[in-house]
Amino acid sequence: MLDILRLSKIYPNGTRALEAFTLSISKGEVVAIIGGSGCGKSTLLRLLAGLEEASEGTVKLRGRRLHKPDPLVNVVFQEPRLFPWLSVADNVGFGLSHLAADKRKTAVAQVLKRLGLSGFEGRWTKELSGGQAQRVALARAIVTMPSVLLLDEPFSALDAMTREDLQSHLVDLWRDFGSTMVLVTHDIEEAIFMADRVVVMRPFPGRILAEVPIDLPRPRDRMSEGFTMMRRHLSERLVQSLGEQRTAEPA
Amino acid sequence: MAFLEAVFLKRQPGDDLPLRQGASLLQLLKPVLISVLFPLLVLAGWELGVRSGVIGGRLMPPPSRVLTALSSLAASGELSMHIGVTLRRVLVGFVTGAAAGTVLGAVTGSSPLASRLLDPTLQALRAIPSIAWVPLFILWFGIFETSKVALIAVGVFFPVYLGVHGAITGVDRRIVEVGRVFRLSRLGLVRRILLPSILPSYVLALRAGLGLGWMFVVAAEFMGASEGLGYLLVDGQQLGKPDQIIAAILVFALVGKVTDTVLLLCSAPFLAWQDTHQGKR
Repeated sequence: MLDILRLSKIYPNGTRALEAFTLSISKGEVVAIIGGSGCGKSTLLRLLAGLEEASEGTVKLRGRRLHKPDPLVNVVFQEPRLFPWLSVADNVGFGLSHLAADKRKTAVAQVLKRLGLSGFEGRWTKELSGGQAQRVALARAIVTMPSVLLLDEPFSALDAMTREDLQSHLVDLWRDFGSTMVLVTHDIEEAIFMADRVVVMRPFPGRILAEVPIDLPRPRDRMSEGFTMMRRHLSERLVQSLGEQRTAEPA
Repeated sequence: MAFLEAVFLKRQPGDDLPLRQGASLLQLLKPVLISVLFPLLVLAGWELGVRSGVIGGRLMPPPSRVLTALSSLAASGELSMHIGVTLRRVLVGFVTGAAAGTVLGAVTGSSPLASRLLDPTLQALRAIPSIAWVPLFILWFGIFETSKVALIAVGVFFPVYLGVHGAITGVDRRIVEVGRVFRLSRLGLVRRILLPSILPSYVLALRAGLGLGWMFVVAAEFMGASEGLGYLLVDGQQLGKPDQIIAAILVFALVGKVTDTVLLLCSAPFLAWQDTHQGKR
């Protein structure tokens, strides 16, 4: 489905953010990318979104090369990045301008209902809480029915309760829509809760340190023994990544 | 009423906070009353100053004499004719200059190539005192309306151009990236993201442009006009009528303020989304 082959990114200042990153993601799979700061997680996501050009390597979606923003790919960023001059409904329907007004309205209403935001259609974004705003951002991406949904630490700015609530919502949506998801996160628990596979990255330059399949049954119980063991295992891997970061970090 | 509430009280449709019965009219008029308080105090002080002999009344006639001059101009129908002529010049010049400033500001703000190509030239032109164009405009367009409107348009163009160009180049990169994710064309990006996001700055630029339009209409009407508020100034100077000059100046201030307020009122519904500290009541 999504094939990343020897992807590298070197910035004009010489920083090697990513080097020979290779990963194959199946249709409907959820892959979480974790690692310390500066390990190239967000760069990887921006390359997949077509927001940056790779220095080397290719990304292919269903055999087709991706090198610019694609209609089959959508992104949820760390901040909601909503348009404050549009209502909630118009924000969600932003990518549906090709549809007739009534169809757009129906699609927007359905996805807002799915995310527990019915009745918020006419509100300004300034009237939303952080969690509600991020849900609107999620709705804006989901409503376009992307084959691949890229999530760049989408819940990191939210409080713990809202974060867990949104994680559950996203898993439910994924089950219904069947999108392939690539989730960049700092949060090990979030990665285990949501992903089928966790890729641990090491920094300078960003490379894969380990790939860990998460074979826990869904819905996942954060208090279960399997979950706890997986958290410990991934923590060790992450500590290893951070250790490598300290020794490799350029002065 | 709802419109006035939205403008003056920053209330939005759906706000469920009720206005107290009886207090609503006073609440609506309060901002207007506060804004006219200072000019009224100045006028009263001026009148008292002349009447008490502290200020000489020959070259600085009191408001009552200015009012009399205004009344006679109004009664003869001259005042409305002069206001109408000046207003028409300002509006045509404003629309022309603002449209050109908006288009060129949007083009140079959204395209680095267009910016490199055009912005240095436009900035150099901006440095030319606009009055310096007068002889050339008279040669090109003659002494009548076109040269006057062209001068006003030049005056309006630069603040609008600068406001739009600067605001667009300062739009948050992260918002623009969302547009890229949705594969907006350059025109789509300008229309759906860049222009709406700069709307508050745009309104400010239009207001600055309109203010300059009122300044330039005076210069334009100094160059051989036979009608307009600027003509009243020249006429008052030549015939030694300071009351007429001050009356024309006051009308300039009044009509300029009215046009600025109309611009603000017209833009207010489009800026209701702003999350400003003044919006928090």
